[in-house]
Amino acid sequence: MEEKNFICTACPTGCRLIVRMEGDEVVKILGNRCRKGETYGRQEAIAPQRMVASTVRVANGFHPLLPVYTKGSIPKRRIAEVLEKIRAVEVQAPLSAEDVIISNVIGTGVNVVASRDMPAKE
Amino acid sequence: MLIKNKYDVVVIGGGPGGLAAAIEAKKAGAEDVLVIERDVELGGILLQCIHNGFGLQTFKEDLPGPEYAQRFINEAKSLGISFLLDAMVMDLTSQRKLYVSSQDFGYVEIDALAIVLAMGCREKTRPQVRIPGTRPNGVFTAGTAQRWVNVEGYMPGKNFVILGSGDIGMIMARRLTFEGAHVERVLEIQSYLSGLSRNYVQCLEDWDIPLQLQHTVKRIIGKNRVEAIEAVAVDSHWNYIPGTEEIIPCDTLLLSVGLIPENELSKKAGVALDPVTGGPYVDEKFQTNIPGIFAAGNVVHVYDLVDYVSMAGVGAGKSAADFALAEKERSARYIPLVPGKNVRYIVPHRLDKQALEKGDVSLQMRVSKPIEEDVWLEVRNQNNSIVRRSERYARPGEMVTIVLKPNMATELEKSDSLIVDIYPKSEV
Repeated sequence: MEEKNFICTACPTGCRLIVRMEGDEVVKILGNRCRKGETYGRQEAIAPQRMVASTVRVANGFHPLLPVYTKGSIPKRRIAEVLEKIRAVEVQAPLSAEDVIISNVIGTGVNVVASRDMPAKE
Repeated sequence: MLIKNKYDVVVIGGGPGGLAAAIEAKKAGAEDVLVIERDVELGGILLQCIHNGFGLQTFKEDLPGPEYAQRFINEAKSLGISFLLDAMVMDLTSQRKLYVSSQDFGYVEIDALAIVLAMGCREKTRPQVRIPGTRPNGVFTAGTAQRWVNVEGYMPGKNFVILGSGDIGMIMARRLTFEGAHVERVLEIQSYLSGLSRNYVQCLEDWDIPLQLQHTVKRIIGKNRVEAIEAVAVDSHWNYIPGTEEIIPCDTLLLSVGLIPENELSKKAGVALDPVTGGPYVDEKFQTNIPGIFAAGNVVHVYDLVDYVSMAGVGAGKSAADFALAEKERSARYIPLVPGKNVRYIVPHRLDKQALEKGDVSLQMRVSKPIEEDVWLEVRNQNNSIVRRSERYARPGEMVTIVLKPNMATELEKSDSLIVDIYPKSEV
């Protein structure tokens, strides 16, 4: 039996998780104070996931950059690929919060969306 | 939009605390609510906090800072709250008068029935943590770097050392890594992390950025630009441990060494500050020692979660609206005394409508010119004559008195104002 130690990031509490593994299978999760911790620990032990936030260039925007984020978690090991896609994008103002900037980014099924309204330059 | 000279509630600061306060004040019945913001847009520091993790309590969603702000901005706009952007409150009095300099309206004086202080906090800088060494370019607060990278589109450097394990410092370590910079390490003088553990996991551990506890910067090295820093281990009293010095080459040092509530304006109004928090002393209604001046959010004490800042804003906004409404009700009970025909002035200038329930009220006045014949002294309201008596003459040098009696209470209650005329009987 193998034990993995994690700090849960599902909320700011930061529970210390102990995940007991039998090969590739999770058999027990200890230390979590809620159900989110259980889900996080299981996922983290098998295939860690993260949300990603960055910026894209905006043409004609009130600001030169638009903050964007993945509307859901993506595999941690693919963050660099997602960032590369985000870096290649340039959008045109005006835009609204939640507007889809990249749909189904690198086939993850997750959209990259705008984090705020971005009015056009006056 | 036009700017008025009188508002029920004025909120100073358009960040999360101020927006929540303004929204709640409006919902609680304050009619005219104004938010004054020094930036060119609303949202405050959330606009540069592009990472997620906001709103888990308020919205049960994991949102980035700008979107958390956007929801409050949208609600505030839909409620008809007024905003004065690109404007600085230069002075504030205990009588709740604001002196404002605005890009659009120039110099403006505003009276508020209630005020909510929501100026947030600012970062400690190099002089506040006393780092020895030269003074080259390349030493920034983590928040300044965050603004450049996330809003303005500049990179502050290529090779970073971060002093302090505060949340903004750790978040910037990841953000700078995302943008292709190298973060050599994070130094923390205390024996424990000063930010949230989830930020340690997602921002440092995920990206193999080393955190050294009980370490600090002993010296900054570099002539024009930072060339290196000298790190050193410290004991539990923060004394350098000789022999542990290490030169770390880098071109930028970020400081994430704490936040201070921003209360320069509060002091001007005579608001008393707690030396421990750096913010105003408040009661359970978030009222400061100055009646009608409330405070919410990081201006009171530094929060770790924005959700709690919003909650504090709600509390302060509600209290400010209650105060403003009570103040209005009180002043609505007063009616003015208006000098009519031949009357120069009357003391008192205004009268509580219920004053006669407690006994006589005497009105003292002077005429504007001599009238050397029999005169009527008459008090009336918009509809009726209330009392009239005669005198043999009226002269400016001799004060005239008319007494209102309790039997006139009903008529007084119906009055919008009281007008006093003094005129020759021959004119009737």
